[in-house]
Amino acid sequence: MNARREINLTINGTHYAVTVEARRTLVDVIRDDCGLTGTHIGCEHGVCGACTILLDGEPMRSCLMFAVQAHGRSLRTVEGLQRGERLHPMQEAFMRHHGLQCGFCTPGFLMLAVGVLEKRPDLTDEELIEILSSNLCRCTGYENIIKAVRAAAVNMKAPA
Amino acid sequence: MSVARLEDLPLVTGRGNFAGDVSFPHQLHMRVVRSPYAHGHLKVIDVAEARQLPGVIAVWTADDIADLSPIDFREGPNEKLAPFRQPVLAKDYVRYAGEPLAAVFATDPYVAEDAADLINIEVDELDAVTDAFAQPSEFEGALTTEPTICRQGYGDVALAFKDAAVIVELDLSVGRHSGVPLETRGAIGRYDAARDVLELHGAAKVPHKNRESLARMLGRSPAGIHLFEGHVGGGFGVRGEIYPEDIIVLVAALRLGRPVKWLEDRREHMMAANHSRQQRHRIRAAVDAKGCLLGIDDDFFHDQGAYIRTHGTRVADIACGILPGPYHVPNFRVSGHFRLTNKTPAATYRSPGRYETNFVREQLMDAIARKLGLSRIEVRRRNLIGPHEMPFERPLIALGDEVVLDSGDYEGLLDKALARCEWDKLESDVLRRRGAGEYVGLGLAMYVEKSGLGPTDGARINVHTNGDVEVITGGASVGQGFETVIAQVCAETLGVDYRRVRVVHGRTDRIEYGLGAHATRATVMTANAAAVAAVKVRTKAVHMAAQLLQQDPSSLTIADGNVVRTDGVGASISLGDVAHQLRPTSSTRGDRDPGLAAEGWFTTAHMTYPYGVQIAQINVDPGTGAVQVEKMLIAFDVGRAINPMLVRGQLVGGFVQGLGGALFEEFQYDDRGQPLSVTFADYLIPTASEVPEVDVLIAEDARSACNPLGIKGAGEGGVAAVGAVIASAVDDALGGKGLISRIPITPQVLKSIIDDLEVQGSRESVAADNGLPAGPD
Repeated sequence: MNARREINLTINGTHYAVTVEARRTLVDVIRDDCGLTGTHIGCEHGVCGACTILLDGEPMRSCLMFAVQAHGRSLRTVEGLQRGERLHPMQEAFMRHHGLQCGFCTPGFLMLAVGVLEKRPDLTDEELIEILSSNLCRCTGYENIIKAVRAAAVNMKAPA
Repeated sequence: MSVARLEDLPLVTGRGNFAGDVSFPHQLHMRVVRSPYAHGHLKVIDVAEARQLPGVIAVWTADDIADLSPIDFREGPNEKLAPFRQPVLAKDYVRYAGEPLAAVFATDPYVAEDAADLINIEVDELDAVTDAFAQPSEFEGALTTEPTICRQGYGDVALAFKDAAVIVELDLSVGRHSGVPLETRGAIGRYDAARDVLELHGAAKVPHKNRESLARMLGRSPAGIHLFEGHVGGGFGVRGEIYPEDIIVLVAALRLGRPVKWLEDRREHMMAANHSRQQRHRIRAAVDAKGCLLGIDDDFFHDQGAYIRTHGTRVADIACGILPGPYHVPNFRVSGHFRLTNKTPAATYRSPGRYETNFVREQLMDAIARKLGLSRIEVRRRNLIGPHEMPFERPLIALGDEVVLDSGDYEGLLDKALARCEWDKLESDVLRRRGAGEYVGLGLAMYVEKSGLGPTDGARINVHTNGDVEVITGGASVGQGFETVIAQVCAETLGVDYRRVRVVHGRTDRIEYGLGAHATRATVMTANAAAVAAVKVRTKAVHMAAQLLQQDPSSLTIADGNVVRTDGVGASISLGDVAHQLRPTSSTRGDRDPGLAAEGWFTTAHMTYPYGVQIAQINVDPGTGAVQVEKMLIAFDVGRAINPMLVRGQLVGGFVQGLGGALFEEFQYDDRGQPLSVTFADYLIPTASEVPEVDVLIAEDARSACNPLGIKGAGEGGVAAVGAVIASAVDDALGGKGLISRIPITPQVLKSIIDDLEVQGSRESVAADNGLPAGPD
């Protein structure tokens, strides 16, 4: 159980070579071994979605995966949304629409929404709410998160 | 003004600093071993094997920290309640499943968990008390499980009931809920031997008060212990109280000589962090023939859980003081039976004592209306306190403060709310749909909130020589937008852009006193203190500038960070340059104190009372018992909204949290006191799918008479009446028969009520077909 393995991860375009126990969760490796603490841990049983990252472009609960399962794969976390000084439209929209209060669930919501909209830019409102209901927020009551994601969906389609 | 928040940038870019993000070199990781039993004699904790595991530095049980007292009350010693305080680690008895028994310290968090699994615990299990309504039993020796009864009241209640035309009696229960922030708790203890300072990172809510308590408990000088608040992933009253884990990491940091980090996991959180709400009320109202209240008599049973934590009896006390709400209650008596059970200890959760009693009182008002054949609105109108009666003194105490309703036009807000939602139209629509067989209903609840618990708060403002402003407060941020609001208030007075104002909070090393963030007090108390300091800084800046510009001070003002002439003509000077002219070595400052800085204090005699009206339209699926909220209105008077966007955010967020308690959330236990709701699969908090569009009416009709800014707090106004309004609406959907006696109104309960109604309904229709009255079986 405690055997250590060498794995390679690409996170936000940067290569990380780490040696980890097989039982170590992906989120712990992202946070503690790679130092990217923007991805949060809210429940460790796959319900709250605070740890959502993009694994090869797909939203994924990083608390439910072992890091070794992500060996050789490409990850994106909240730290990778920005382009230099320029915020991602989703980050901007969350700020403009007061889509966050304490901000703990925010990275998970950002990655979920970005991951889904990149693949399916024309989601209906119903589909959007269905998808957003897979993550939990305890502060905002969701209305501003929904508003922000709707607004960002439009802006993400606009040519950069 | 609804300006953008100052807090957001680090939070949307993954650069926050939550407790889990705090680490120090050579830190140890702590894992707490918790009781698997709800009640029993603790016989053996065998830690031998755990100690042998490589990477384990120490394992502590109660014997290792025998010198530590149980956890103190925040407001100081209380001899009567002292025996019921929670020990840091259990000794002799365990009293709830999840109670800390031992602490493992290891070099790696995974190893700490491995070691915890190797600890063998033997307990002689005792019967668990799981119902606070049951007769009190033995706590220990002569002490019973009813440490105290909270009593308040005035007038002659017996006479009121003798004179009553009608008496209405209800038996109502509120389930066990909690704040359940998305970030679990965390505490990092660090001892800086070079400076002899003990540090607690991951602090929240009340860092200054906690410093006092911790210094007392640990026998340290307050100057030798400091608390640091980083980002806080939701507070809701739960986070930031002193828990066993906070004390252990500090003591361990001192004794083991290494930083100690503890992060709670979700399962632990559900059985270790404070629970709240659970009460059963047996309430009676004496009413005259017109529907006016003559008196209220309430016996309630408060399920405190296993120990009395830092708040003492605060939740039950508030319940007593706030229960009458916005109505005239000429005679009043309440007894809160404060009882211990073998469950996770309880304390405050956003709108403590009000969420519960608003549900109880508003159900009572609905019942009175039903009994007298009045509309639910009319019965409220006949009992409301009028605007001409303000300030309205009520001989009750809430949060240690005499209840003086400072300002408000309750009926005015009711009328606004009814007009806004077009109540009459909604009502006829609902009646039509109900006639067609739908279970659809309208609910209404009125309530008085409280905010701005004093008595005093201070702030210090310093303008730097580059013109940037720093405000140092003893306030705390739990994600509500504290920095933005305080910056706005300072910026308005100082004539600077609020984005140049940096707000310091939650740090005991920067300011000596602070009240933190609780009891919806941050905006009221800290903003007013900051405003006082800002006025002083402004005056100093204008006078210094007047000397430099050779102008009369009365001809000057500050705009965009520059002191200018009010007519806009002539020379100006920036605040940064004024600060430069006021530096200690400056010869121009004359005999003024150095620095463009000032300290301001604000003191208030009483809390301020915002108030609200909530209206909900819901439908029930008779097949599943699920409730869907179709329409929701929150009308809330905050006196003055400094940032309406943030006020709305508080109200809507609070509403959704309250909806959880009204429909879904409950910590359930089995007969042995085993917790059944320790995951998000069992304790259901609302998701985006359960949330309706919420209409928010922010009223500013009744400025607070208690503070110069005229503000009342908004933090708890959204959540406070949700149990009340949803229960009222669901009851209406079921035909307005008074069938709802407890919240949360889960699908199981509702389905069984509807099944009964439908059996009864079909019997009635058969009876009607036969021309017979529908009698009992």
